[in-house]
Amino acid sequence: MSELFGLWLGALLTLGIFSFLYKDNPFYKFCEALFVGVSAGYYLVTSYWQIIVVKMIDVLQVGFDKMMVLGYFDFQNWLPVLGGIFGILMLLRLLPSIGWISRWSLALVVGTTAGLYFTAYLASNGMIPIKETIVPLELTYPKLFLAHTGSFLKDIPATIWCNFLNVLYTYGNWVVTLGTFCGLIYFFFSKEHKGVFGGVAKIGILFLMVTFGASFGYTVMSRMSLLIGRVDYLGTAFGEFFKLLK
Amino acid sequence: MRRDVPIVITAVVGVIFLLSYFTPHPPLNVLHNSASDIVMIIAAFSILLGVLNLIRVNLDKVSKKKRDWPFSIVLIAGFLIMTIVGLFFSKGRNFMEFGTNFRYLYDNVYNPLSSTMFSILAFFIASASYRAFRARNLEATLLLVAAFVVMLGRVPIGYYLSSWIPAGFRLGDVATWIMDFPQTAGQRAIMIGIALGVASTSIRIILGLERTYLGGE
Amino acid sequence: MNFLGKLLGIDRRIIFLFVGVAVALPLCFPEVNLKIEITDSVKKVYDIVESLPEGSKVLIAFDYDPGSMPELQPMAESFIRHCIRKKLKMIIMGLWPQGSVQANLALEKVLREKEFEDIKLQEGVDWVNLGYTAGNEVVIERMGSNIKAVFAADHKGVKLENLSLMRGVRNFSNIDFVYNLSAGYPGTQEWVQFAVDKFGAKLGAGNTAVQAPLVSPYYPKRLLGLLGGMKGAAEYEFLMGFPATGVKYMFSQSVAHAVVCLFIIVGNVAFFLNKKKKRQGR
Repeated sequence: MSELFGLWLGALLTLGIFSFLYKDNPFYKFCEALFVGVSAGYYLVTSYWQIIVVKMIDVLQVGFDKMMVLGYFDFQNWLPVLGGIFGILMLLRLLPSIGWISRWSLALVVGTTAGLYFTAYLASNGMIPIKETIVPLELTYPKLFLAHTGSFLKDIPATIWCNFLNVLYTYGNWVVTLGTFCGLIYFFFSKEHKGVFGGVAKIGILFLMVTFGASFGYTVMSRMSLLIGRVDYLGTAFGEFFKLLK
Repeated sequence: MRRDVPIVITAVVGVIFLLSYFTPHPPLNVLHNSASDIVMIIAAFSILLGVLNLIRVNLDKVSKKKRDWPFSIVLIAGFLIMTIVGLFFSKGRNFMEFGTNFRYLYDNVYNPLSSTMFSILAFFIASASYRAFRARNLEATLLLVAAFVVMLGRVPIGYYLSSWIPAGFRLGDVATWIMDFPQTAGQRAIMIGIALGVASTSIRIILGLERTYLGGE
Repeated sequence: MNFLGKLLGIDRRIIFLFVGVAVALPLCFPEVNLKIEITDSVKKVYDIVESLPEGSKVLIAFDYDPGSMPELQPMAESFIRHCIRKKLKMIIMGLWPQGSVQANLALEKVLREKEFEDIKLQEGVDWVNLGYTAGNEVVIERMGSNIKAVFAADHKGVKLENLSLMRGVRNFSNIDFVYNLSAGYPGTQEWVQFAVDKFGAKLGAGNTAVQAPLVSPYYPKRLLGLLGGMKGAAEYEFLMGFPATGVKYMFSQSVAHAVVCLFIIVGNVAFFLNKKKKRQGR
């Protein structure tokens, strides 16, 4: 029974959010506020049980036991104390008079992230993609044509289709190299996009438009998938309701 | 003190992480690992900060009876119920297990609300496509054509619409070709551009030239 | 205002109604089976899991929330089903707070299936849920040197030394395959940047359709396989021979896409005809 009640509660809240499609209304605002509050509660509970208890309290307990029972100080087990101190400094942001102390914790996080990102982005998203763009641009198609002219002439229609596909995929490397190069030229704003440079940038824009079009297509797919999931859930809830009525 | 100490901390920690990428040996790796462990705990407290700030703002709204203040009560009530149930009435560390009160609230309140919030975007994307997506010039037309091909090629209907076309040229195949070649090229160009931007911003932060993260006074 | 003008200025709620019907109506016909074409990127993930010997350790990172459930949950269920069939050991974790609960949901659903009724999987031996930890990419980077420094215990507080599955698992070099289910940040990009590029992990991913184009440049050299959106989930279910949610939703997905395309065509036709009429009127 409680499962059924839960299903209907979920369905009611779903309809509350969907009511926004007609017009903004108090029912929607209620559901929205409830969502924010429940999310905040979820984050707090999860952070407490899975981080503060497991990574701080339990680890400190082990450190304490090692010190009291075995008589030695393990720095690794006392590191959460330092983490906790910086964490509390972060919380002081809530007090305007001494909120500036939270900058120390923030600086630690920002410094860590900056240090990690510099190498990670430069290597993973900079140098490796450039390396992957340098691909063989060997024109295999003319070689194939010259080597197999006899068999090509025997079955021209099938040959044309088959080889056109080969051409499309062989020249795929050219498309990737050209597209990446022209796209990068487009993003170089230190030089005016005029003449040859402007022409190359224009080709870059065309590639970027294809990229954005593909991204848009996938975005529509994603949003529709989410809606399908919700509508199916509502269908299940109404199905249970009608079963009960019968 | 208020700005100098954080800048020094950022610089020191940033340099430690930079150097440890190239020399993962003591003492750099010990400092690197310790800093990582501390940052993971600070991240948990950041979540707490966000939550407490949210509650503070809404309590302020209720006390001063600002616009839509009754909904702030709903927000605070939702937060308190979820927190109290999760901390005290849900088998402690096993709070996520099936059958606990916390799981019940997650499955029947949080899950439907969260899923539905994102699903209403489907309606808006359809409406926006209808009103704003116009093939005014070559670039827009190219965008439109690519979107069409991918939208139809990536679902079964694409096969049925183009099954009369020889294999290799059907909507699905063209969509795959677009994703594998021109789309990859464009994404790679964007990726490399972003990488250069992130690298330069990171080095500026480490050197103390970029201080916007410190906020005001 | 002429007909074209009215068509262009139509109330958006009518468009919403069309979209709602386009999505809901096909769900009333679950018996409709559409052809699912398998793409290379999905087949590669399937083949990698198929090639793993029994007892191999697979790390599954659940980096999504309920907002992305319809796309990623079917992928998660299919993958877990595959791992159980192949008798692989699953190490579950999450970089998003909701990730580990979503993992529990997927596991519970799969273990209730008829196929696995007689299989008694033991937590700590066949699978372990390490739970969630904050820190985003710092977590992945730290796991590369020492997983136990990040996860001292599983989500129930049982120390990793006391779990037979985690014995001998120090970092990514002791994990045979990493599978990431991602809806945004932190997600597949961070796994590629740190787990793959820095520590050489073997990575496959399931992404929402919004994310998939953004990570496609990493495929196939760094990202060994990629499932994109609900279509990716449907393809994997098809390969598994277990059509489930993903396949069920494909009819609805197809109709919805067709409706959006129709709207774009109608909008453009109306726009250009209206423009032409106004020019002629002048």
